[in-house]
Amino acid sequence: MSLLDVRDLTIRTSDGRALVSDLTFSVDRGERLGLIGESGSGKSLTTLATLGLLPDGMTTTGSVELDGTQIVGASEKSLVEVRGRAAAIVFQEPLTALDPLMRVGRQLAEPLRRRRGLKGDALRKAVAEALEQVRLPEPGRIARAFPHEISGGQRQRVALAMALACEPDLLIADEPTTALDVTVQSEMLVLLDTLVGERGMAVLFVSHDLAVVSRVTDRVLVMKDGRAVEDGTVRDLVRAPRQPYTEALVDSARRLESALDLEGPR
Amino acid sequence: MTAVLALDSVGHTYRGSAAPVVADVSLGVEAGHSLALVGESGAGKTTLLRLLLGLARPTTGTVRFDGDPLALGDRAQMRRFRRSVQCVFQDPYASLDPRQRVSRIVAEPLRSLGVATVAEARAKVAEALEQVGLPADAASRYPHEFSGGQRQRIAIARAIVCDPRVLLADEPVSALDVTTRVKVVDLLAELKRERGLTIVMVSHDLSVVAALCEGTAVLERGRVVEQGETRDVLGSPGHPYTRRLLDSVPRLPV
Repeated sequence: MSLLDVRDLTIRTSDGRALVSDLTFSVDRGERLGLIGESGSGKSLTTLATLGLLPDGMTTTGSVELDGTQIVGASEKSLVEVRGRAAAIVFQEPLTALDPLMRVGRQLAEPLRRRRGLKGDALRKAVAEALEQVRLPEPGRIARAFPHEISGGQRQRVALAMALACEPDLLIADEPTTALDVTVQSEMLVLLDTLVGERGMAVLFVSHDLAVVSRVTDRVLVMKDGRAVEDGTVRDLVRAPRQPYTEALVDSARRLESALDLEGPR
Repeated sequence: MTAVLALDSVGHTYRGSAAPVVADVSLGVEAGHSLALVGESGAGKTTLLRLLLGLARPTTGTVRFDGDPLALGDRAQMRRFRRSVQCVFQDPYASLDPRQRVSRIVAEPLRSLGVATVAEARAKVAEALEQVGLPADAASRYPHEFSGGQRQRIAIARAIVCDPRVLLADEPVSALDVTTRVKVVDLLAELKRERGLTIVMVSHDLSVVAALCEGTAVLERGRVVEQGETRDVLGSPGHPYTRRLLDSVPRLPV
């Protein structure tokens, strides 16, 4: 059985407009899948639906099975048991994902306490270890800092550390590097790839950028206007896109990229 | 040839801060050329743009407009300056007033500069909207009716409506999807070609820079570490930081 099994997922607004339609895909244990699409393609809503986090007023039909639990229509109580343990999420904007009034160390301690039942010195030690794992320098200083006192890249590392602290079977990453500088993005992608690899975690990686996705996942699903357009390996999609929309995406990415193929005279 | 806009050993320190955010920056852009300021968060890109826009005063050094030092108190010069230099910002959701119709938004520079009658303004707005590839009926609509890419076109129409010579663009395509990004880059290239518009662009996206700008200055922690023709700077970078930036750009598998 797949770790995440999404079948005929349809998400509607309160006035009946479908934002995601008949979406079907699955992610096995240890497998990595990229969801690719532009604004309004429904990729972020899909990730929220997998954790039962859709905003009030939206209605979901179809089936989302996460580690054997049906998410669609589930009670808050059963959702709380699944979230974190089966799947944890890293959002695009780390500034809004972290509580601005709570020191970083305390925020990170929360999942460690809940998941591993740690407290006191053992908990403090685990917080420091978690920060070291995501290659944050001076974990002691970072743990005492408030989110606004550290850089965007450091905040995203903290958010990743929090997600990993839950020891989930599936890590969902929704545009985790879009808000970051290009060198920081590059480091973050390597880090994500390494840490997830070491743990054998499954990944659902959401992005509008094919090149970014290709650094983390092999298989991708292209979405447009809430529907699946096509899926396959990044390599195949880039070489021989079957659908016009995928072709347009690849062409745009290639065109921008080709501008960089400069041969300087020096 | 004199540069339209230039910085002469410019430094800027924010009030209450000990260290300058930018130090000893000298660069210039000639008419019809385009220059990219490249760097990451905190490199001082936006501060340089604020200095070039006359929104901040340099602590040391001089900002020059057509060769003359820019005097923020000189009303006649500032009037010429505001008419010649316009700006497009990064976030098209934040830079357009949601309560105004597009016609009023785009006409704003004409109103504040007092350079057109109501009838002239209407004609100029229509012309600007056409130039950026928006339908004529866009004028009577509101910003929320448009997508991100279309909004950025509205912002560009507003910037070119008074026929400026220089367009300063702060990350003009960073907030857009890849396919839209390509279209807006094409539009800027077309404006450059057809209107001889000089573009100064702040960006961290090296492929956009390479596609649009002949010149590039790379900033790291408030200093220019490398500048010259984009072909040379990005084609065979001399500074390790430029190389690191280039190596970090994610590429599609071949």
